[in-house]
Amino acid sequence: MILWSLLIILVAAVGAFLFAKSQATTLQTNNTGRLASLPGQHGLLAAAVAILAGLAGIVVSIPFSASFAWMMPALSVAAATIAAFFTISRITPNWHARNKFEAIVMGVLIASSIVAILTTVGIFASVVFESVAFFRQVNIFEFLFTTQWSPTGTPPSFGFIPLLTGTLLITFIAIAVATPLGLFSAIYLAEYASPTLRRWMKPVLEMLAGIPTVVLGFFAALTVAPLIKHSGNAIGLNVASESALAAGLVMGMMIVPLISSLSDDIINAVPQSLRDGSYAMGATKSETVKRVVLPAALPGIMSAVMLAISRAIGETMIVVMAAGLAANLTFNPLAAVSTITVQIATLLVGDQEFDSAKTLSAFALGIVLFFITLALNYIALRVVQRYRQAYD
Amino acid sequence: MIELSAKGSNGLLAKRYASETRFRAYGAIALALTTIFLGFLLYDIISKGWPAFFESHSSIEIKIDPEKVGASDIANSDFAAIIKQSVREQFPDIQSREDKKTLASFISQAAGDDLRNMVLAKPELIGQTVKADLLLSAEADLYYKGLIDTDDKPLLDKFKAKLPVSQSISWRFWTNGDSREPELAGLLGAIKGSLFTVGIAILIGLPLGVFAAIYLEQFARRNRWTDLIEVNINNLAAVPSIIFGLLGLAMFLNFFGLPRSAPVVGGLVLALLVLPTIIIASRAALRAVPPSIKEAALGVGASQQQAVFHHVLPLALPGILTGTILALARAFGETAPLLMIGMVAFIADVPQSPTDAATVLPVQIFLWSDLPELAFKSKTAAAIIILIGILMLANALAIYLRRKFERRW
Repeated sequence: MILWSLLIILVAAVGAFLFAKSQATTLQTNNTGRLASLPGQHGLLAAAVAILAGLAGIVVSIPFSASFAWMMPALSVAAATIAAFFTISRITPNWHARNKFEAIVMGVLIASSIVAILTTVGIFASVVFESVAFFRQVNIFEFLFTTQWSPTGTPPSFGFIPLLTGTLLITFIAIAVATPLGLFSAIYLAEYASPTLRRWMKPVLEMLAGIPTVVLGFFAALTVAPLIKHSGNAIGLNVASESALAAGLVMGMMIVPLISSLSDDIINAVPQSLRDGSYAMGATKSETVKRVVLPAALPGIMSAVMLAISRAIGETMIVVMAAGLAANLTFNPLAAVSTITVQIATLLVGDQEFDSAKTLSAFALGIVLFFITLALNYIALRVVQRYRQAYD
Repeated sequence: MIELSAKGSNGLLAKRYASETRFRAYGAIALALTTIFLGFLLYDIISKGWPAFFESHSSIEIKIDPEKVGASDIANSDFAAIIKQSVREQFPDIQSREDKKTLASFISQAAGDDLRNMVLAKPELIGQTVKADLLLSAEADLYYKGLIDTDDKPLLDKFKAKLPVSQSISWRFWTNGDSREPELAGLLGAIKGSLFTVGIAILIGLPLGVFAAIYLEQFARRNRWTDLIEVNINNLAAVPSIIFGLLGLAMFLNFFGLPRSAPVVGGLVLALLVLPTIIIASRAALRAVPPSIKEAALGVGASQQQAVFHHVLPLALPGILTGTILALARAFGETAPLLMIGMVAFIADVPQSPTDAATVLPVQIFLWSDLPELAFKSKTAAAIIILIGILMLANALAIYLRRKFERRW
């Protein structure tokens, strides 16, 4: 019904535009003086007013839409027509249609940019609202400081420490893989690589960055995890089939392009004069990179790593598919662990009961996740701003 | 003394050069490892998924017995039983109940439906002998493709010796919805669901994002309010996608009461998810248009908005479109937030409108990867090939647009 209403409003707006334009044109030919606005601008104003009135009609009729299906299109088209006719009746030589239209456009632009704020408020409200309901049932100290997580057990227990350690373990593995690979790739591409190699490697990294995480999860669960399990068993190690190592490795490879592209930008921003100075002192290329370029780029690289950490903590599909559900409190990379995102996903897929602590606990985990990533991003931004050197 | 120090510095120089070579090698190794990983990933997926684009058939001469198939009641006749009967007659030496059952299990359920449709289309076939196409079940299919070893090997070999087995492109994979039977499961439902979802995300996200970017880049005065909006957008761009799923669940489903599993809600969530990316890309594109263009327009008497909408925006549009396509490619591959809003159910029907229950391509991949049947692993990899193919096309389009319309000022 909404779709039909929108379509009717669109037709009404086009009609209003044409009618207002022709009215204004007639007025212009009959009138000896000039109009304050062009006929087309009168048309645009009428169309804009019609659309706004029609949308208002839709909003007003939403509460009634369940009982009277025809109410929405009828009300919106009536509102649009009346508003358009009212606007058209105001057309006089001195009517400044363009200024009115531009005011409406400006309002729409401002409203669009406020959507971003509304989204944040919406996220905040939804996680806080449901979390408050959760903490009414479960003591916040139990949630923060105990070490048993089994929301489906009898009795259920909600200590999120093992999830935190699991998340940190996988994140640590991922960062330990991604930082050297990404950083060395960036250094090589920025300082050593020929333009041809650069031209070939950029798409490779972009492609790796563009692979959906569900694909990486499939790869981690079906190819990498068995590989690690078998090679571990071959040398006599006991490897869980859903080991943290498999998820962490693949997640690390996912993050390599992020670190490498951010570091590449940062390294390229270090002025050539610093390098030239170093070369003039007789330093080799690697000495220049290690002693001049990297120290100058360090704040930027630090913030790149922080963004990568926040990305790894929030990553969902790889761990849902490749890491386990069992929330073990361990730092053994060969054991199965669970993460915050895995629990959110599994708790909310399937039956949801918004009065049980089991479903609500996902929102409490969501709030933790939201604030961890927010803090990391904030710190990363601050680090960059604080230590950004003005080179020119 | 001189000699000594020269020797010493030579040694030092050799060391320094060695360290230079090592450092360079680290970089090369890092790049090589990344490339190898990507190559291995693609090879693994393609080699696993390629067979799923084909299906195994056999064929058999069947007499459509008028006693079993009433001309007036073709739709309700049991064609599956007719096929089963004729296949058994081909193997008179198979006697044990167990083996007969296994033999029947090689034929897919769809074979009966195919025969029924054939007769429905040409009722004069009743009473004649027709060559019926037999779609084979997933187990037989995998065996004949040489992908599995099974206990039914002797029977399968016997079957093939009597009834020739051939492979053809599996159109069902493109035209069917999801199914519990691996040989019948197709992607049309998921692809349409993805198109609806991403389509709605474009319709909402693109205008909102571009308008917001225009306001922030061209009209907004720098004050605390616009600073707040800016910080907000940067933060939103880094919020994990699963959090947007929580927003969709709590706000759109619980608070506004929108339907579960519907592409409308998925599109709304994805629109909010890509909004920051579109805003950031659009702002960069708008900023790249030199101010002289706007100033020239203002100079000949255009209003601020005329200058922006008639002159700056058209020049920034290719950049905006490129950024938008990349953002939508990301939305197309997004899974986690859609799990939260119920787009994860088993849905056999192909969705017809954005309000029908549907799933999307990445979620279908997730669902199939979880199933125990081996045939679904191959299907999953095939679905991944399609997903990555679509994403690569989108990226190629973005690169083409950038090359074609990019202007250096």
